[in-house]
Amino acid sequence: MLQQAFNGLVGGAFYALLALGLSVIFGMLGVVNFAHGAFYMLGAFTSYVLLDSYGVNFWAALVVVPVALGVVGIVLERLFIRRLTPLDPLYNFLFTFGLTLILQDLVKREYGVQSQPYPRPSALSGTLDLGLFTYPAYQVFVLGVSVLVCLLVWFVLVRTRVGMVVRAATERPELTRALGIDVGRWVTPVFGFGIALAGLAGVLAAPMRAVNPLMGADLIIVVFAVVVIGGLGSLFGSVAAGFTIGLVSALGNYYVPALSQTLVFILMAAVLLWRPAGLFGREEAL
Amino acid sequence: MKRIGQAAAVAVTGAVLAACGGGPGGGGGKISDDKVVLAVLNDQSAIYADLSGKASIESVKMAVADYKAKYGDKAAAKEIEVVTADHQNKPDVANSKAQELYDRQRADIILDVPNSAAALAVANVAKSKKKVFMNIGAATTALEGASCNKYTFHYGYNTYMLAQGTGDAVTKDGGKNWYLVYPDYAFGQDMQKSFTSAITKAGGKIVKADPTPFPNDNFSTFLLKAPGLSPKPQVLGAMQAGGDLVNLVKQYNEYKLKDKGIDLAVGLMFITDIHSLGSDALAGTKFSEAWFWNANPENRAWADKFQAKTNKRPSFAHAANYSAATQYLEALQRGGTDNADEIVKNLEGQKVNDVFAKNGTIRAQDHLLLHDAYLAEVKPASEVKEPWDYEKILKTIPADQAFQPANPACKF
Repeated sequence: MLQQAFNGLVGGAFYALLALGLSVIFGMLGVVNFAHGAFYMLGAFTSYVLLDSYGVNFWAALVVVPVALGVVGIVLERLFIRRLTPLDPLYNFLFTFGLTLILQDLVKREYGVQSQPYPRPSALSGTLDLGLFTYPAYQVFVLGVSVLVCLLVWFVLVRTRVGMVVRAATERPELTRALGIDVGRWVTPVFGFGIALAGLAGVLAAPMRAVNPLMGADLIIVVFAVVVIGGLGSLFGSVAAGFTIGLVSALGNYYVPALSQTLVFILMAAVLLWRPAGLFGREEAL
Repeated sequence: MKRIGQAAAVAVTGAVLAACGGGPGGGGGKISDDKVVLAVLNDQSAIYADLSGKASIESVKMAVADYKAKYGDKAAAKEIEVVTADHQNKPDVANSKAQELYDRQRADIILDVPNSAAALAVANVAKSKKKVFMNIGAATTALEGASCNKYTFHYGYNTYMLAQGTGDAVTKDGGKNWYLVYPDYAFGQDMQKSFTSAITKAGGKIVKADPTPFPNDNFSTFLLKAPGLSPKPQVLGAMQAGGDLVNLVKQYNEYKLKDKGIDLAVGLMFITDIHSLGSDALAGTKFSEAWFWNANPENRAWADKFQAKTNKRPSFAHAANYSAATQYLEALQRGGTDNADEIVKNLEGQKVNDVFAKNGTIRAQDHLLLHDAYLAEVKPASEVKEPWDYEKILKTIPADQAFQPANPACKF
């Protein structure tokens, strides 16, 4: 039981990382980034290609891949997203959706639809004794990284000047601008950062999940449910909802396996009925 | 008087038509439109694209070339064309593409069609158009059961064969208690039933059978639950396919269930899956196989020819497409016509012994190809001598045991 709960948290770690990135982007730019799943997939694929063709190991990939994808995100924002933001939100929605299809198909064309092999880093291939139960070391590591990143983001947002500006710009962009702060300057790095988080989740997923062009498309639907439950644009909400959904689906699988697939969406529907802005939506986003 | 006049006119018209050879569709030793068209309808962009996909078109072309080389001037089909379409794994697309292939492209036969739902849709089209359909890629036994029809053949493998090899052999090897996890959709449920019956028949027991979400990337709940079940299962039977299977096996290895005394048995495993996971991740796993390219020199020789054209090693589906196309052309040669009813008559009961099917018979009652199947084991990476050489054939399951007896629900 305890083990199952822990297990849910590990699953939730991925949701949290992805939902955090989505939320940061939505909060700052007002863009629902449909391509988030594709960047998660690219994160995993890039680590596979780096290892397979250039011998770059997992640890290096953990740093290199998010940074590289972050840069891609920055370029993307400069070239495309920026131009579409003043228009109807639908344009960016369609743009990122189209981008997803292009990225998926490019990867498919190059590597096919089969999953690619990616070994676990040898330092983390054992199991850890956690006192009450033993658990695969790699999964503990994933959970650790995810929690650390979430804490770091929280720290930056709450304790630093940069964070203050970003928070202000997220919640009251007009007012922030009126106070003489150049909101536009922060939009690009924040978008890049959100994409980098998706890439990081992808790298973490490579050793324990199937690395194929569709891995992001399968996951992103649940992540959208997570973001909606947490409250669109609410950073704390997405992280909390991410871990909660992880727990719920693990326990759902355990007690009612036949229902588990729909459980997340039942929860989403319930939350929407009860609090249309999501669990934590009101405080930060609206 | 007027009436009699009309009746006479109809009778005369009928007589004239009869004299002319019975109008369109009448038999009589001819090739329609002077051309035989073989169509390959399959998944060319998603989950089954590597298993069969575009390379299967090459297989069919190889069959055509071999047929032409064998009969030369005596070939009944002088002009043979191979056409293709992508069904994208969607039954509705498969349905409309099949109609288009039969009607507009004048296809005489459709081959392959992986994905059970798509296959059943195409079987329906074949039935209403009265055209031949030889299915290779789909596993459902409904094709030769309740949904069978006169024009549909099932050629290669099915869920019964998969369960028979793996379920029976592993249970008899001492894996008495099973924990089954199956994806919660038509294919998974079919597999779960087939495995349950094969395992209980062999003297084993299903401790528990859990449906899992589909698609799913996190199986840890089920894997953690396994050792705690009572009685403790000795075998985890995984019915997942494609990316889901890869997820499950990666996580099975993470949780080190093998060290906890729970072996892994996989319901549906293709050579492409072993390639994705790396053979060490699956080393020692036993599974049913319809055909393996490196099992004997004959297979290997064909695989070399295939590789020269496609730059990859063939899966069983590639070989089965070749075999099915060959059998179709042979039936056409025997009857001298591409008329579907003649072809069906010539295929029924046909003995098949070629590079793919050993001791094969196309059963007349349900149009299922019975042939020798194999129990295979995944080699550890240290024994893999060359790319794609992942399998070791442990034993042959004779054709009459590998497949189910004819289902009485099937009536043409």
